[in-house]
Amino acid sequence: MKNHITQKLGFLGLFLCISITLLFLGAIIFFITARGIKVISWEFLTQVPRSGMTAGGIAPAIVGTFYITLGAILFALPLGLACAIYLCEYSPKGIVVNIIRISINNLAGVPSVVFGLFGLAVFVKYFKFGVSILSGSLTLGILVLPLIISSTQEALLAVPQSIREASLSLGATKWKTIKNIVLPTALPGILTGVILSIGRVAGETAPILFTAAAFYTRGFPKSAFSEVMALPYHIYALMTEGAHPDKQRAIAYGCSLVLLLMVLCISGIAIFIRQRQKGLHG
Amino acid sequence: MDKRTKIKAENVDFFYGKTHALKNINLKFYENQVTAIIGPSGCGKSTFIRLLNRMNELVPHTNLTGKILLDGADIFDASVDAVEVRKRVGMVFQKPNPFPKSIFDNISYGLTVNGVKDKNFIDDKVEESLKKAALWQEVKDRLHESALKLSGGQQQRLCIARTLAVESETILFDEPCASLDPISTAKIEELILELKKDYTIVIVTHNMQQAARVSDYTAFFLMGELIEFGKTQEIFTAPKDDKTEAYITGRFG
Repeated sequence: MKNHITQKLGFLGLFLCISITLLFLGAIIFFITARGIKVISWEFLTQVPRSGMTAGGIAPAIVGTFYITLGAILFALPLGLACAIYLCEYSPKGIVVNIIRISINNLAGVPSVVFGLFGLAVFVKYFKFGVSILSGSLTLGILVLPLIISSTQEALLAVPQSIREASLSLGATKWKTIKNIVLPTALPGILTGVILSIGRVAGETAPILFTAAAFYTRGFPKSAFSEVMALPYHIYALMTEGAHPDKQRAIAYGCSLVLLLMVLCISGIAIFIRQRQKGLHG
Repeated sequence: MDKRTKIKAENVDFFYGKTHALKNINLKFYENQVTAIIGPSGCGKSTFIRLLNRMNELVPHTNLTGKILLDGADIFDASVDAVEVRKRVGMVFQKPNPFPKSIFDNISYGLTVNGVKDKNFIDDKVEESLKKAALWQEVKDRLHESALKLSGGQQQRLCIARTLAVESETILFDEPCASLDPISTAKIEELILELKKDYTIVIVTHNMQQAARVSDYTAFFLMGELIEFGKTQEIFTAPKDDKTEAYITGRFG
């Protein structure tokens, strides 16, 4: 009888924990949607800001976030893929590789504002890229490199040894085996990592603070060396600067909702791909 | 009748780290004959067969001494490319391991990675290989479906067909029926007897009846040593070594 009560209490405790978690999630979504939906319109999504950020739209910030994210992935994906392939398939297993692996994991733990400072020192100043899409993309690229490397490694390790052996036993070279068998099999896993990285990059503020973002640009960016508006920084700027806090706050909620929806869409794609992968191999 | 030696192991010793896995193995495999390797788990039979197409090289910290001669030439010679050896010595594994690709692509893979581009040739070869592996009738209408949809027995025959397509001269079977039901097993055994006309076959098996049914020669391994080698009939009816007799009569293993 006593056991029975303990069990009930245990379940109740667990149920409470999950309820609290879901409550927060629901509250965030409700709060942002309720306040943000009011300002969202076709004009809001497609126009440039006007009247000192109190009217018009946020199109340059959407476009800026898109460019920075695209640039970061274009930089980090080939590099991360190559690192992961080397670590998983080529490097001899041993102490050196373990140290490299631990280092990469530690890189993932570096606070994002530190990446921002690094980007400022190296890309903006040293390479003289200036505050630009390029500097921001490279900084964010380095930020997600560990994520891409570790998710790719996981995907590669999940490819059964037996089909590598099958390929080699047919007279395929190691490289052909990796290219034709291992990578295609690992592709859904790799893509999931990429898409999660996109979600991460799109939402980061600190790394672009000093490297890419501008509070206001006239129109859209002209080249990779232009500074840009970006959604996360735009939200920050609207809440901390400017002369019309009340009007700006409403727009900030609108931006938050747009950013949330962008990341949600991207995660949705990740879930879709993962499900399809399960369907293929299960 | 004098038979030609296809593969010959000379004084082969093999180490996993400090473990002495194979001890001074001397063994011949005759052309167009089926040789079975039997022995209890951990006796080194799978380790040995994986030397014959240099698959052992995938495992780090191993060491090999001695020679393995394929048509008289040492396959471990520094001038020999493992890829070339594997083209000539095919392998069918314990568990069916088709690629997560279509049936057609599974067979054509070995050709395309070796540089074959002629589409007609590939089409013909796929059909021929599937026919040889007695799978054509079952799959001819769904060549472009995923190979993973096939049953275990069909998958294993697909893996055999895949090996046949690259025109190897020797096929190594590493317990090919370990995960199959009796009917699928019978089909694979039939196939092995058919294939021996064109190939030299080595089969590792746990199943003594299987060794007796399909093989011409049998080698008995125990604790990394070759205890006895001879004609299958003789090994099973009049083994010279007490340990062989004990094993085949089921007293251990």
